[in-house]
Amino acid sequence: MTELRESLIRKRYAAERRFRIYGASALVLTAVFLALLLASIVWQAVPAFTEKSVILDVVIDPAEADPANPAAGNYDGMVKAALKQVLPDAKSRAERKALNGLLSSGAGDELRRLVIADPALIGQTVTLPVLLSADATLYLKGLQTRVAVSAGASPVTLAPAEGGEGFVLSGPGVSSKPGLSPGQIVMSGSAALRITAIESGTASAEALTPIDASLSALTPGNWKTLSFSAPEADRRTSDLQATWLEQLKDAGRIETGFAWRFFTAGDSREPELAGIRGALVGSLLTVAVALALALPLGVAAAIYLEQFAPKNRLTDLIEVNINNLAAVPSIIFGLLGLAVFLNFFGMPRSAPVVGGLVLALLVLPTIIIASRAALKAVPPSITEAALGVGASHQQAVFHHVLPLALPGIMTGTILGLARAFGETAPLLMIGMVAFIADVPHGFTDAATVLPVQVFLWSDLPELAFKNKTAAAIIVLLGVLFILNAAAIYLRRRFERRW
Amino acid sequence: MNAAVPYQTVVTPASPRIMAERPMKITARGVDVYYGDKHAINQLSIDIPDRAVSAFIGPSGCGKSTFLRAINRMNDTIPSCRVTGDIVIDGEDIYDSKLDVVQLRARVGMVFQKPNPFPKAIYENVAYGPRIHGMAKNKAELDVIVEQSLRKAGLWEEVKDRLAHPGTGLSGGQQQRLCIARAIAVNPEVILMDEPCSALDPIATAKIEELIDELRQNYCIVIVTHSMQQAARVSQLTAFFHLGTLVEYGDTDEMFTAPQEKRTQDYITGRFG
Repeated sequence: MTELRESLIRKRYAAERRFRIYGASALVLTAVFLALLLASIVWQAVPAFTEKSVILDVVIDPAEADPANPAAGNYDGMVKAALKQVLPDAKSRAERKALNGLLSSGAGDELRRLVIADPALIGQTVTLPVLLSADATLYLKGLQTRVAVSAGASPVTLAPAEGGEGFVLSGPGVSSKPGLSPGQIVMSGSAALRITAIESGTASAEALTPIDASLSALTPGNWKTLSFSAPEADRRTSDLQATWLEQLKDAGRIETGFAWRFFTAGDSREPELAGIRGALVGSLLTVAVALALALPLGVAAAIYLEQFAPKNRLTDLIEVNINNLAAVPSIIFGLLGLAVFLNFFGMPRSAPVVGGLVLALLVLPTIIIASRAALKAVPPSITEAALGVGASHQQAVFHHVLPLALPGIMTGTILGLARAFGETAPLLMIGMVAFIADVPHGFTDAATVLPVQVFLWSDLPELAFKNKTAAAIIVLLGVLFILNAAAIYLRRRFERRW
Repeated sequence: MNAAVPYQTVVTPASPRIMAERPMKITARGVDVYYGDKHAINQLSIDIPDRAVSAFIGPSGCGKSTFLRAINRMNDTIPSCRVTGDIVIDGEDIYDSKLDVVQLRARVGMVFQKPNPFPKAIYENVAYGPRIHGMAKNKAELDVIVEQSLRKAGLWEEVKDRLAHPGTGLSGGQQQRLCIARAIAVNPEVILMDEPCSALDPIATAKIEELIDELRQNYCIVIVTHSMQQAARVSQLTAFFHLGTLVEYGDTDEMFTAPQEKRTQDYITGRFG
């Protein structure tokens, strides 16, 4: 008898211990996955928050800019000329194109802004940071290829190859450690050579930039090598462009800044110019419409259903269907928006007002359910007290029950809005998935929203957009975090328990 | 007396002494109350005098609270509840379809079992009723009403310095007196009290009973109580309810010393209930 009892007790303890272990391991597993997810997003997003510029002395050519109409000046040309001033080696058309490719296609915009603000600058020389292209930026951030720079420790002699193009490098620097290997670039000042082959202590090399005939010996400390983890064919920055960027870096002309542009610019085909402002404003407009519609409708419906509606089959049916509506896949609401708002009512495509209407339908059941729960949670003794002093039912509801239910209603509404904010699928159906470079100014302007922007960027092949995608996700998560925090705060601050 | 028809109680003539002194306030004739299929009150008839405390006693589920809530039509809020028969206050049928139930509830105030102040300031609790009925033209008048109501409820001295504090922060007994002040503030003629002391300790109970005794000078008070001692202490008339019928109704002193019905005697002496 006691043996049986003891074994039962032992089993009970073991079962409880096992259960605790299951619970704890589930928790740990979840936490690890969450941490991994967040870490990977943050890791990817960090580069998107910095941008690289090259500091140039730009001559604002009076021939290119008219003081009467400063906006029309050829600022791109001036900026390119300034770069050419620093890197004069580019001679051929292809080389000039490669050189200009280092600059962003919006490189002249900052200069244009400066000149428009102060036309007196025309004819002067301005030193300003000029935005680099996404590829150059990625190269400088080491995201395109890892770059190993090693200073030459031993002397190398340089001689033109016999009877042909190219050069031959010899001397202790070629073979003694770290030595040279094919694909590496040997740089000395503005001279750059690419090693093509190594044979018995000598290296063959081809010139990337013009080599001065007087350059015949590379002394230690006077030269360095660049080696890349990715071969030239696999990256968008060529060896020549890489040497130029290294030269600019050595000259201290590369500047790293916080990419405010990411928050102030609309979408762009150029990664370095693309920002989330358009999507953020689009999201705010859309959610504002959704809130303006769903909150009064939802709360009114909840008050009526909870406080005034007769309890009969019809209201039961409505109640069940509201609950069902909350479980309808969101894309269905998008189809409804497409069929009703766009096709039947002919409302504008891609507009926040339509997006807001669709999202309002989407969050309406959530708000109704949350509001009903909040209204139900107010004890009937409050209603009775109000009725007891001669308040009408409606007065009792609006003077006493509703104010007490308001924190719960607001919590539910904020959580509904958070859902609307993160919703993508229904907006795809009503055309909010277009590429829209302008920041929307009104409810009928074409716009997109933050989660759709994430979706759009994630689809693009450019490497830099991968970082932008992660950065946009961080902003989206940040907004959702703030909304949820607000909901929790409201609940903690105003919730009343009876 | 009516033993031949046990569930068909007619109007029980209450003590002629008390009835003679006071005018009748509430007259009920043949009242039936149903909750869905449940017959909660069966052919109840009673006369309740003004300026006196009438206590309803009886075991749980006997219908005393149900009848109390029928007097200010609080039962209307329960969808399945149905009331037939006549309840007349000052010659006016309160179940008349033309009667404004909100006005009725302003005339017939109610104090509940559990203190239920609004979760608002003490001042707002009392001021709410007068405000919605437009009883004060300005803030000064409202202040006077609030002060008088709190004084009548014996709460003024305790709360006059913290009128802006929430009413829910008071002790249980103070909350119940606040609820009484709230009921008085709309100047009712009748005050219904549904076990007002059941959630209170003996000292708070004593204060409330004292207050009820004072209020009797100006109001018709009907109190439902589970405590027979309380009924004996505060009321002039006592009605004994059992299984949805009014068994006996009469002078409290006589009821507790010489009940006419055996069921009353059994209940009072603790043989059931």
